[in-house]
Amino acid sequence: MTGTGSNTPAPKQSRLKAFFDSDIFHAFLRSRTTVVAAFGTLIFFLVAFLAPWIAPHDPFDLASISIMDSQMPPVWMEYADPRFLLGTDDQGRDILSGIFYGLRISLIVGFCSVFAAAILGITLGLVAGYMGGRVDAVIMRVADVQLTFPAILIALLIDGAARGVFGNLDREVFSFWILIFSLALSFWVQYARTVRGSTMVEKNKEYVQAARVIGLPAPIIMVRHILPNVMGPVLVIATINLALAIVTEATLSFLGVGMPPTQPSLGTLISIGNNYLYSGEWWIAIFPGLALALLVLNVNLLGDWLRDALNPKLR
Amino acid sequence: MSLLDISNLTVEFPGRKSTFVAVEGVSLALEPGKVLGVVGESGAGKSTVGNAVIGLLQEPGRIANGEIRLDGERIDQLDKKAIRKIRGRRIGMIFQDPLTSLDPLQTVEAQLVETIRTHLPMSHSEALTRAIELLDSVGIPDPADRIGQYPHQFSGGMRQRVVIALALCAEPELVIADEPTTALDVSIQAQILDLMKALCVERNVGMLVITHDMGVIAEICDHVAVMYRGNLVEYGETAQVLGAPEHAYTKSLISAVPRADVTIDRFPNVNYIEAAATPTRSIDISTHWLGKARDYEAATGPLLQVQDLSMDFEVKSSIFPSRRKYFKAVKTVSFDIQPGETFGLVGESGSGKSTIARLITGLYHPSGGTVHFAGTELTSLSSRSQVLAMRRQMQMIFQDPYSSLNGRMRVKDIVAEPIKFHKLASSNTEVRQIVDDLLDHVGLGIGAGEKFPHEFSGGQRQRISIARALATRPRFLVCDEPTSALDVSIQAQILNLLKDLQQELGLTMLFISHDLAVIRQMCNRIGVMRHGELCEVADSDALYEAPQHAYTKELLTLMPSMDLLAKIA
Amino acid sequence: MFGFAIRRLFQALIVMFVVALLAFTMFRFVGDPVNQMVGVETSIAEREALRQRLGLNDPMPVQFARFVAGAVKFDFGTSYQFRQPVADLFAKRLPATLELSFMSALFALLTGIPMGVYAGLNRESWLSKIFLSVSLIGVSLPTFFIGILLIFLFSVTLQWLPSFGRGEVVDLGWWSTGLLTVSGWKAIILPAVTLGLYQMTLIMRLIRAEMLEVIRTDYIKFARARGLPDRIVNLRHALKNTLVPVITITGLQLGAIIAFATITETVFQWPGMGLMFLQAVQNVDIPIMSAYLLMTAFIFVTVNFIVDILYYVIDPRLRIGRP
Repeated sequence: MTGTGSNTPAPKQSRLKAFFDSDIFHAFLRSRTTVVAAFGTLIFFLVAFLAPWIAPHDPFDLASISIMDSQMPPVWMEYADPRFLLGTDDQGRDILSGIFYGLRISLIVGFCSVFAAAILGITLGLVAGYMGGRVDAVIMRVADVQLTFPAILIALLIDGAARGVFGNLDREVFSFWILIFSLALSFWVQYARTVRGSTMVEKNKEYVQAARVIGLPAPIIMVRHILPNVMGPVLVIATINLALAIVTEATLSFLGVGMPPTQPSLGTLISIGNNYLYSGEWWIAIFPGLALALLVLNVNLLGDWLRDALNPKLR
Repeated sequence: MSLLDISNLTVEFPGRKSTFVAVEGVSLALEPGKVLGVVGESGAGKSTVGNAVIGLLQEPGRIANGEIRLDGERIDQLDKKAIRKIRGRRIGMIFQDPLTSLDPLQTVEAQLVETIRTHLPMSHSEALTRAIELLDSVGIPDPADRIGQYPHQFSGGMRQRVVIALALCAEPELVIADEPTTALDVSIQAQILDLMKALCVERNVGMLVITHDMGVIAEICDHVAVMYRGNLVEYGETAQVLGAPEHAYTKSLISAVPRADVTIDRFPNVNYIEAAATPTRSIDISTHWLGKARDYEAATGPLLQVQDLSMDFEVKSSIFPSRRKYFKAVKTVSFDIQPGETFGLVGESGSGKSTIARLITGLYHPSGGTVHFAGTELTSLSSRSQVLAMRRQMQMIFQDPYSSLNGRMRVKDIVAEPIKFHKLASSNTEVRQIVDDLLDHVGLGIGAGEKFPHEFSGGQRQRISIARALATRPRFLVCDEPTSALDVSIQAQILNLLKDLQQELGLTMLFISHDLAVIRQMCNRIGVMRHGELCEVADSDALYEAPQHAYTKELLTLMPSMDLLAKIA
Repeated sequence: MFGFAIRRLFQALIVMFVVALLAFTMFRFVGDPVNQMVGVETSIAEREALRQRLGLNDPMPVQFARFVAGAVKFDFGTSYQFRQPVADLFAKRLPATLELSFMSALFALLTGIPMGVYAGLNRESWLSKIFLSVSLIGVSLPTFFIGILLIFLFSVTLQWLPSFGRGEVVDLGWWSTGLLTVSGWKAIILPAVTLGLYQMTLIMRLIRAEMLEVIRTDYIKFARARGLPDRIVNLRHALKNTLVPVITITGLQLGAIIAFATITETVFQWPGMGLMFLQAVQNVDIPIMSAYLLMTAFIFVTVNFIVDILYYVIDPRLRIGRP
């Protein structure tokens, strides 16, 4: 539109102020569910971070656990013990504290695997998209083959294979790393495909051609010019992927191939509780399950909103 | 009573912070068999008028005031169902881009027949007969055979004919055409305009043509309405408005239209819409950093020599070389450019002119032939430092002001990047000083460097691009359609700026455009391209006064006539 | 058409080749096959003899060729845990998994597509918002937790439906089906809904998103400007143009059902391939793992191939070249 951006220098505006004034921030405020979801996510993060300080009990401290306290129901039911708000599990561990610590492990695994997958996927996607030709063909064929399989299956297979290879090593130490490794290898394809697609679009834009005419070498063009311009979709994928990684980790742990019972994530807790479902001790499985579902729902809501907000086509 | 009567129309788009008034108090009238043009630059509100008439205003737009009457009957307050009965039946619409206007998954026949049968009580076979007649009347050869084809099997011009046929399906009384020829090449544009005018008279249909192009107005419109920022500034018979404009805006607009029939030195200063900042400091080029471009060895003979240059793009790859298919974008083209001159390349889309620009600047690697710059063969350079030294002398200005700047970088960083990369300044303070001078010199004023590209308009962004190109102190500048995405008054400013810079800095330029009129104003010598071949190279005036090649002659006759336009310049 | 199909078939074969290579690598190098087959007391000489007999000392390409030749004849070796041919184990469990996958795919398609079309066309209506909210919850709840909740509600609390197994199964000789008995139908409801819910929400959200994008295109605007009725614009023009991406993703999702069945089968103790695969992962039973990898890959590749052909049928731009 003519006339926008006049020559008079704009009044100095701090970036923060500009952000609070931006359309995206207003769209955020207008969507009440999103504000609630952001707040909820923040609470989950805080609880996970502060778990050692705010949890009423330490589920890893064998001295404080008593088998006498096992299978206590939540406080509002009969035979409850006021020390255990949401009851206890089969070994007498406090469910609420278990959830706090489990949340911590679930989130750590989630973040680490998303981070690892993003780095791998962005790098390969940038290189494939910018270089084209054979490099692109090889990377993308690998991605295509992998995409034929759902992430959960890949994670299961890698996990199984890793157990075969590291079979005799200490499981408690390796579970965590095997999990990150298998999740990262299952999720990198999405980043790579998206980044490659955007890179191929950006590569043909004139600002990249201008950079080439200046004489800038390819790595500088990729990192300084293209990368910042393809980060929008990556952010969306990373958010949605965080939810997916948490679910996948929980699923693997539930299936007994994720985090061990000595370092329980939310999935491990549900898996333990599943055995007691039929005998009436429903709280052991259901409360960690609800915590997991709420966390994932909040993150998904954020990701969903982010995707729509960053998609100019839907304006 | 007119066919279409718009009185005092106001259209608003309520926004978060304020309500944007897109059209304010516009009154127009159109008679059957006549063509009314609505002309204006971007943001004038001309498309909004058309959308309001047919009831397809984009959300959250609404008609805040005024009336629209079709044959005396009010149509601006109809409910959804009633307006749908008018759409297609009584008002036809033609969109800008024929490539996206047709459903790619349905045959032309299916789309025509369903539209006819929606509005007219016809059996399938009757509708089919009518569809074939319609295709015939819009000039599609072998309509009975081609009607069964899918849109992608038609060329751009043919698709626009199909779109016109679709608009005429139910014999509407009024047709609204929104930039009907903007996406088309000049030779096809002429055909489509002729067709539209003929149909209009033949069928006694009133036509509302919305365009930014004075040439289109001059060619087919009986009346013209000039819009500026939502307001109607001038309205009357075409000859009257174009020949003796009264409003200041109309005058400046017409004076900014480049003309192929005369050569002028500079465009008159048009600053009705957006004034460039006058440089705050005048720079003495001979002592300034910018002026040191002259320290290159003076070239003996031509600065740039292009010999037998060819470029093939692989369109179908195959592991067997014999089955690969190539598109020959450039076929053995040769020309020279002398130091200090501006050489123009003109041609329609797909003629290979932009490919040549990219071959010269090294964005593509040629399939054959050579490019010599100041006596050095460019592809023979082996060491990276030699290549960089050449790159530095040769810069490029691109077409699209929106995609040619990295939106994530501040303007000062964009302009500083080449200076830092080629180590052309000794300190960061010096870099900053040079960037400020550059931005000031291209007319952006002080403080522009701190902003991001999206805070600037198209014309201002093109100035940033120019500043970036100058930041390596080049002596050769390739301009690839530098103004074709800009409004005509902004175009005039940018062309003037390029001319000034060329004189000050002694630049040599390769100027590429599809617009014969722009090319004439900018270039000393011109090459005409078609299908990858160079048809004719001649001095600028000679080419326009006495074209030699048949294709050049054809192009010149197809240009919309500007005789009606006042010679204000 | 023919050339197109051949090219796709060729690509599918390449994928199968790569997967076979992976499966072979896993089969051969993860753990020592000989150690898994014999007891601790077996002597080194006996091990070496077995090694020779199994052909583990042959050059790798020969071993790989033998592996592929075996796989083509459904010979995947012997399970470490069960000491039975893997092929027999799979044959017994395949009907259970296929019936479950089929029912849940049916459920997902029959509910997901209409909901998606509705939500895409009526973006602002309250029903669409409900669909969207429900779908978000569906995406967020992990499959296994949905299963647990359904069991808790319908089996433990209400005691309407069984929580595990296939119910009464009728043996047809080459196929054992649970769909001929009342208890079989009762048993399949919860697992099928659990498995299908996630796919349903994905399909619904995808169709909605595609619809929203298509109704912004010029040709839809032009169709409206021609006065075509909404029904024609929405169904004939918009829906058909959303089909191409939708079919791709739906195809992928139907393939994914087989893999997700692993989780559902574990929760409901459904005696299918997935359950067996999971036990194999826990016990590092490599022959079953590599056979499962090959079989699922084969199913996915077949589905993808069919999807590609459908693509071709729908989109004339692929079918008919420019003149």
